[in-house]
Amino acid sequence: MQALYAQLLVGLINGSFYALLSLGLAVIFGMLNIINFAHGALYMMGAFCAYFLLNLLNIGYWPALILAPIAVGIFGMILERTMLQWLSGLDHLYGLLLTFGMALIIQGVFQNYFGSSGLPYSIPDALKGGMNLGFMYLPIYRGWVVIFSLVVCLATWYLIERTRLGANLRAATENPTLVRAFGINVPRMITLTYGLGVGLAALAGVLSAPINQVRPLMGADLIIVVFAVVVIGGMGSIMGSIVTGFALGVIEGLTKYFYPEASNTVVFVLMVLVLLVKPSGLTGRAN
Amino acid sequence: MKNKISALLLGTALALCAGNMAFAQDKTVKIGALSDQSGLYADLGGPGSTLAAQMAVEDSGLTAKGWKIDIVSGDHLNKPDVGVNIARQWFDVDKVDVIVDVPNSGVALAVNNVVKEKNGVFLDSGAGTSDLTNAQCSPNTIHWTYDTYTLAHGTGSALTKAGGDSWFFLTADYAFGAALERDTRAAVEAGGGKILGGVKHPLGTSDFSSFLLQAQASKAKVIGLANAGADTTTSIKQAAEFGITSGGQKLAALLLFITDVHSLGLNTAQGLNFTETFYWDLNDQDRAFAKRFQERMKNHSMPTMVHAGVYSSLLHYFKALEALGGNPHDGIKVVAKMKELPTDDPLFGKGSIEPNGRTIHPAYLFEVKKPSESKGPWDYYKLIATIPADEAFTPLDKSSCPLLKK
Repeated sequence: MQALYAQLLVGLINGSFYALLSLGLAVIFGMLNIINFAHGALYMMGAFCAYFLLNLLNIGYWPALILAPIAVGIFGMILERTMLQWLSGLDHLYGLLLTFGMALIIQGVFQNYFGSSGLPYSIPDALKGGMNLGFMYLPIYRGWVVIFSLVVCLATWYLIERTRLGANLRAATENPTLVRAFGINVPRMITLTYGLGVGLAALAGVLSAPINQVRPLMGADLIIVVFAVVVIGGMGSIMGSIVTGFALGVIEGLTKYFYPEASNTVVFVLMVLVLLVKPSGLTGRAN
Repeated sequence: MKNKISALLLGTALALCAGNMAFAQDKTVKIGALSDQSGLYADLGGPGSTLAAQMAVEDSGLTAKGWKIDIVSGDHLNKPDVGVNIARQWFDVDKVDVIVDVPNSGVALAVNNVVKEKNGVFLDSGAGTSDLTNAQCSPNTIHWTYDTYTLAHGTGSALTKAGGDSWFFLTADYAFGAALERDTRAAVEAGGGKILGGVKHPLGTSDFSSFLLQAQASKAKVIGLANAGADTTTSIKQAAEFGITSGGQKLAALLLFITDVHSLGLNTAQGLNFTETFYWDLNDQDRAFAKRFQERMKNHSMPTMVHAGVYSSLLHYFKALEALGGNPHDGIKVVAKMKELPTDDPLFGKGSIEPNGRTIHPAYLFEVKKPSESKGPWDYYKLIATIPADEAFTPLDKSSCPLLKK
């Protein structure tokens, strides 16, 4: 029984990464209608950004938590301005192909210069060590990841679903021409939204840097699972992707305990089952 | 009469011409460096293995003697079907004579069959499974650098002797992990240790915490990591995070490469024991090779034992070709010649190739230095013990290779 609690907690930790990443994807898809396959590469850039800040400029983890998402977010906005914006109104497939190609290029460039084994990034001093919870030893850093990502997820949900800015944004996706007539700069808003989604990916990257090696392929390993999370939660649903992110982390954790060989397929099995029963995802609206 | 003589001369000239042409063709060799160029094993093999092959060609001096040697490289993506397809295309279309490297035992076992079918040559450096010189041995294959027996008997026996008598395994769920776990179990049990359990994880896992918690709960004294590359580095890093090493359990990184240690950093990796057959800082010849290699490597990494193995196995291959004088296209004949000649190269020293295709040379038990002991980048290993060549690999009488029964 103790082991089970431990696995549940570990699942929750992984779930927080899934939640953060799928949240970014859901924001981008919900608001921009772009299937952002570059998300994993941008997540990886966030981790590398933290590494560069530390090793080149001697800027530690805490500032990196803010600076890296901003830097990568700006990079994302440049991508949106120069390339993605021309695809609005076209079939989803074009956006998918473009972002997939960008992901391959970004990963290739990083791999060329940094190899595939990755670079070390250590846990910040304030979060080193762990606590004994009785049923498991919880590294403090992992506890921090769960709490911090939960806060970020809920803040993002609040921003989009409950504030005036979010209302404008949702209106702009619904009917851009009409919103423009009210004097709102829709293209700028879309660029900023893409920047926000990318920033969330980079934030997840910084969070994961001390846990995983900072590797060019760290995003590629994760992105497929995250897409499955988004599909299960319902494409574009903010709350749906947060809840499914955490839930799937837990289910995956349990699989690792009961039948480890299947741990990297269980998410896809679930995806198939959900799609068979509810083709628009758990919280998606059928349109 | 005059006509007869000119006809004769013409005939001789033509015959000589044809002979020459055949002779020129005979000295053409094509090397295929098949590796994981982009995944979790790309740093320990990958582009570095292609570079090592190029360096072997340059250092062999064969091009100056009229040989034409080309190198192609391929990415098997750690998928046996992809590896087999590339190998088939190389033999059928590109006329490749020899395939080198092939990390990932699953791919290597599959390619092993293709090479045998096409009568090519397979100089394996990257894959670990000892099956290549046991049940799956082939007259076309030489397994050069290391195998799971070496790792098991180096690290496994040493740790068991040092008091680590109960083990739990984290095993990569494919051919290599299975072979390494099997060989290590045997070594541990032979040393009087017992196995408390194990868990199989998918290849390329990014989070090991669930598996590590199970290992922690088993209370085993040693946690054996029967995996490689990024899987190993992630498990080591996360084991430290979960307080496994500070809680008194010892990690046995059964297969660790210098690129892994570099990626972990000495702070995390210090104190790990592991077995390798090559380290760049063992002697002057190794250092000279490593320096040249590092300068030409894009990410300026030091050569791993896999890179060194690609280099040395090709040097020996070229020696056999020179001894044969030409015709490098009959794989069985070339491999037989390689087995006949004693091995002697700058990186692995003097040794031999056994009838089952296993190259025999010493192996070394290393320990990762503390940060305070290291004099600079890449100064990572402390030599603990040298395992003599005759103990480092499966003894011939225990090899289950069918070739030996003839």
